[in-house]
Amino acid sequence: MEMDVPYAIKISGVKKKYRLGQIGGGSLVAEVQSRWARLRGREDPNQRVGAKNLTRGDVMALDGIDLEIGQGETIGIIGANGAGKSTLLKIISRVTSPTEGEVDIYGKVASMLEVGTGFHGELTGRENVYLNGAILGMDRAEVTSKMNDIIDFSEIGEYIDTPVKRYSSGMYVKLAFSVAAHLDAQIMIMDEVLAVGDAAFRRKCIDKMRALEQQEGRTILCVSHNMETIRRLCDRCVVLSHGRLVFDGDTSDAIAEYMGISGVFSRHCEYPEEMHRPQPNRRLVIERADFGESFAGQCEEGGTIDFSVTMRGYEHNPGDYDVRLRADMVNSFGNISGMMFSDVVYTLRPGETVTLDVGMDCEHLTPGVYQVSLYAYTLSDTGDMTMLDMIDNAFVIEIISGGFPERWYKNWDGRLRLHKLSVKAVQHLVKGTI
Amino acid sequence: MNQKTMPHTHITAKRGLFDLHPGEFWEYRDLIFLFVKKDLSIVYKQTILGPLWLVLNPLMTTLVYTVVFGRIAKLSTDGIPQILFYMAGNAMWSFFSESLIGTAGTFRTNAHLFGKVYFPRLTKPVATVITSAISFLIQMVLFSFFYIYYAAKGMVSTEPWRLLLLPVILILMGGMALGCGIIVSSLTAKYRDLAVAVGFGVRLWMYATPVVYPLSTATEGIMRTLLLINPVTQLMEAFRYCILGTGEMIPAGCVWSAVFTALVLLLGIVVFNMTEKDFMDTI
Repeated sequence: MEMDVPYAIKISGVKKKYRLGQIGGGSLVAEVQSRWARLRGREDPNQRVGAKNLTRGDVMALDGIDLEIGQGETIGIIGANGAGKSTLLKIISRVTSPTEGEVDIYGKVASMLEVGTGFHGELTGRENVYLNGAILGMDRAEVTSKMNDIIDFSEIGEYIDTPVKRYSSGMYVKLAFSVAAHLDAQIMIMDEVLAVGDAAFRRKCIDKMRALEQQEGRTILCVSHNMETIRRLCDRCVVLSHGRLVFDGDTSDAIAEYMGISGVFSRHCEYPEEMHRPQPNRRLVIERADFGESFAGQCEEGGTIDFSVTMRGYEHNPGDYDVRLRADMVNSFGNISGMMFSDVVYTLRPGETVTLDVGMDCEHLTPGVYQVSLYAYTLSDTGDMTMLDMIDNAFVIEIISGGFPERWYKNWDGRLRLHKLSVKAVQHLVKGTI
Repeated sequence: MNQKTMPHTHITAKRGLFDLHPGEFWEYRDLIFLFVKKDLSIVYKQTILGPLWLVLNPLMTTLVYTVVFGRIAKLSTDGIPQILFYMAGNAMWSFFSESLIGTAGTFRTNAHLFGKVYFPRLTKPVATVITSAISFLIQMVLFSFFYIYYAAKGMVSTEPWRLLLLPVILILMGGMALGCGIIVSSLTAKYRDLAVAVGFGVRLWMYATPVVYPLSTATEGIMRTLLLINPVTQLMEAFRYCILGTGEMIPAGCVWSAVFTALVLLLGIVVFNMTEKDFMDTI
């Protein structure tokens, strides 16, 4: 689709300020009282005692965002909770207005900040499709012409004329998503809506979005906490942090940036006692992890990484523990690919410091960067883990391909390469001619 | 491929006083229709009598009015059969009060919807008024049966051309209710206490309007002046003038009602527009 507009969306210097705490007096009387007092230069009767000289707490949900999105681009927005992702989408969707800055949009926008907005339980599926379609900006003729496609896509079938309150939650979201997916808009804005239904339906949704983008040149903006969705759908990705745009570029790099996986490999990692740990009541301190001088952070598929871990037991330990080690392998999707557990490593005695030589067998790990978290724990009789110390993101390693002829496609082939299929015998039922 | 020209949207922090987009509003006419359809249909889903309530409700109210105001209080009805007088008054007032109370809650009851998707917000209150107008028209059908019965007995008569006034009265009445309603809804987006006031405010307003009594009860003095200041008074009287043949048509009153409607609607739209931009942050 060739258009003479250079971009679909242009965001310039957008800021959004939210006030913390209660807004206004809460009631009209209180507000009038406050205004009247201010007018006469008196003290505000509704102000908290002692709060006089404090300015009201403001928070910048968005603190100057500049972003240009081209026609037909598929762009992901990622960031921690509260980074401003949803606020940005709300401003582009015109649900709320910016405090400062401007947004220019060329093309009809369909925003899905939620699936099934405006669905009413008493109405049938079909009636809701019309209503929801109209809310999202479709007219009746348009909905009618797409009704069959919508029903097909949603897999609802004959239930379309049943009130949606009788639907299972899965059916409900499937129908709702189908409506949104069939909108005839040049720009689609999605906030976490691809996380609907079962795995098969989710995949179908992403494929549908992909197809819209490729065949019809739709521009798609997508917010998700699911890195897999972002990776499959988006070519470009921006990372928001505290209302600012901190990264803009290739999706893989953006995800790596966001996950903190882009960390540089270090041969000697120290974990000082005052470093933040997820679990405060620890019994020992993992002090450091060291790699051999010849190791550069990379390991071929199927190889083993050797390193040493030094830990010290606290003086005030109530008793002896059988210490075990655990390593969580967090992949670049932000998911745990798998964990490795050790047998009993040694028995911890108060005040003791030990260094362990550890071998990490990377047999099943597929190529990519992994963030390794290192935990020391002990097991109860019933198999429950008691954490002795936890180091999140202890170090970063990279598995490089080698040793296997097949190329590994993470998006489709999974995260771990399992054992080889063993073919025990070949029986020829019909002999070939040559 | 899509050959339509690209619509351009410009979003800024500034807000215009009349940021109305009539074209956009027109594009969403299907939405108004669907809102009306939804409002009308969901009320009567899973009920025993269903849409019969649309008729039963005014019938019962009329009977109660006839007993209380007619038989016990013995209020004048300008010689009109009491059933007809109260049924007409109740139908028109219900239209006004349902529209007003319904639109007054626009922001609060639709906060979730408005917070998730953009569409011209005014479609919602307009749909509310249309819904009330439809239930008014259904009551008028019921009314016409009673009217034919009493007209056959020679107890009531009006001239058919006067019915042409009915659409004008309805538009003015609906416009006034819409204007008042969206002003209140804009204010209640921030101040909750107004929401409580609306309910009983409208109930009191009914007694300050010639609904269960005609304007002719107050022939002169302060009472009559006060009644005529109320912009709904002339519309109620005009309504009775048009369907019952009684009721006073005072030119100044008509102008006042029309001017008031235009002003309150204008103010309403301005306030509503100012509120809709960022009410999500305050509600």
